[in-house]
Amino acid sequence: MFPIRIRGLRFRPNGRAVLDGVDLDLAGEGITLVLGPNGAGKSVLLRTLCGLITPSDGDIDWGGGRRPASGVMMVFQHPMLLRASVLENVSLAMKPLGVSRAERQRKAADVLERVGLAHRAGDSGRHLSGGEVQRLALARAWLTRPRLLLLDEPTASLDPSATAEVERIIREIRTDGTRILMTTHNLGQATRLGDDVVFMSAGRVREHTPVQRFFARPASDEARLFIQGELPWRMSF
Amino acid sequence: MPTLSTTLLDAVALLATFDAQVAEIVWLSLRVSGAAVVLGTAIGLPLGAVLAIGRFPGQQAAIVLINGLMGLPSVVVGVVVYLLLSRSGPFGAFGLLYTPSAMVIAQTLLVIPLMAAIARQVVEDAWQRYEEELRVMRFSWWQSVTTLLYDCRHSLMVAVLAGLGRAMSEVGAVMVVGGNIDRVTRVMTTAIALETSKGDLPLAIALGIVLVVVILVLNAVAFAVRGWAMRRYG
Repeated sequence: MFPIRIRGLRFRPNGRAVLDGVDLDLAGEGITLVLGPNGAGKSVLLRTLCGLITPSDGDIDWGGGRRPASGVMMVFQHPMLLRASVLENVSLAMKPLGVSRAERQRKAADVLERVGLAHRAGDSGRHLSGGEVQRLALARAWLTRPRLLLLDEPTASLDPSATAEVERIIREIRTDGTRILMTTHNLGQATRLGDDVVFMSAGRVREHTPVQRFFARPASDEARLFIQGELPWRMSF
Repeated sequence: MPTLSTTLLDAVALLATFDAQVAEIVWLSLRVSGAAVVLGTAIGLPLGAVLAIGRFPGQQAAIVLINGLMGLPSVVVGVVVYLLLSRSGPFGAFGLLYTPSAMVIAQTLLVIPLMAAIARQVVEDAWQRYEEELRVMRFSWWQSVTTLLYDCRHSLMVAVLAGLGRAMSEVGAVMVVGGNIDRVTRVMTTAIALETSKGDLPLAIALGIVLVVVILVLNAVAFAVRGWAMRRYG
């Protein structure tokens, strides 16, 4: 699957360039943070990588082949929750894999232990707090042992304590051997979690550098203004 | 000429004495409509879900057709089923005409469009919220259908109740294919129509009271179950 090489990726719904020639290389390890202003194309890039969006143009090379049938998972900013128990919501991820219900629930119970939700296994998923919902969604993705995990602002609107817990789980998933690509608007989180940063604006990758260098010496004016919180809103379109 | 009050008193007396004729008619009505709703649920709800999330040629036309069939006159369904089950019809050899089975078939055909149309709307709303995540998890088309039906089970109770209401209250189709034969195919609605025309209003009123009470009780039970489930699962 790795390295993933993205070349000239474009997505132009109704003629508007949401992705405007994205070039990006992703090696097989670590956590890459995708930063950029609203409308930069970050979430669309993640959706394209997991096959939810068909690009208008460009290529994605998955380690010399096409996109693998499995091994790519995505956690959304507002995860889906069935009207069912936490355990059932997590074990759901293994349903397409042809695993027996008993086995699914056993593995789901294990992963719930790892994300600190074992005590809520029997509760309704819809009664969880925002932070617990994100932990559930991470557990559901982790259950399938993905090789690439795409996280779309998983800590948006979470309090610092819930954010710290989610970050702990993300680190554990990474240690488990999963490559992570994650969008965030939280620059502190980028320095805490990221190995490298992909900075996007106006549908393009403006720079892709190690996280320390990005914050110490941003290569572009746009990135510098973004870090300083001064990037004009109009530049995001 | 009996007054309204004496008619009502006679009707209540019939119910209070648990009249055997009334009980027999009520029991047959519940069996026929219950079977039709079970069959309608098994066919109509998955059909609605398939129309909600499937992508196939003619899908829009199928949705318009199902929506249109919701208002299908029951007597028309009765005539169609009559033609299919009559001796000269394609299924005449089964000898089902003027039996409760024929009535079940007719009522099932009546409730399927109603249940499917409601299910389609409910499942389509859920599909808009869940589609991306189910696709990422690589759910098959059929796995998505069953998962959404399960998740929408509380809302789909409305479809089942609507089907039950339609089945129990319709008179045209069961009259045509059942024949309203005493102790064989006489159900509450056909009995009410017959007894009213004969002038036996107490029996008609008694059956009417039972019909209304049965529907109200079933709705109350469904409402309570739905309320409990919503509190339990959100």
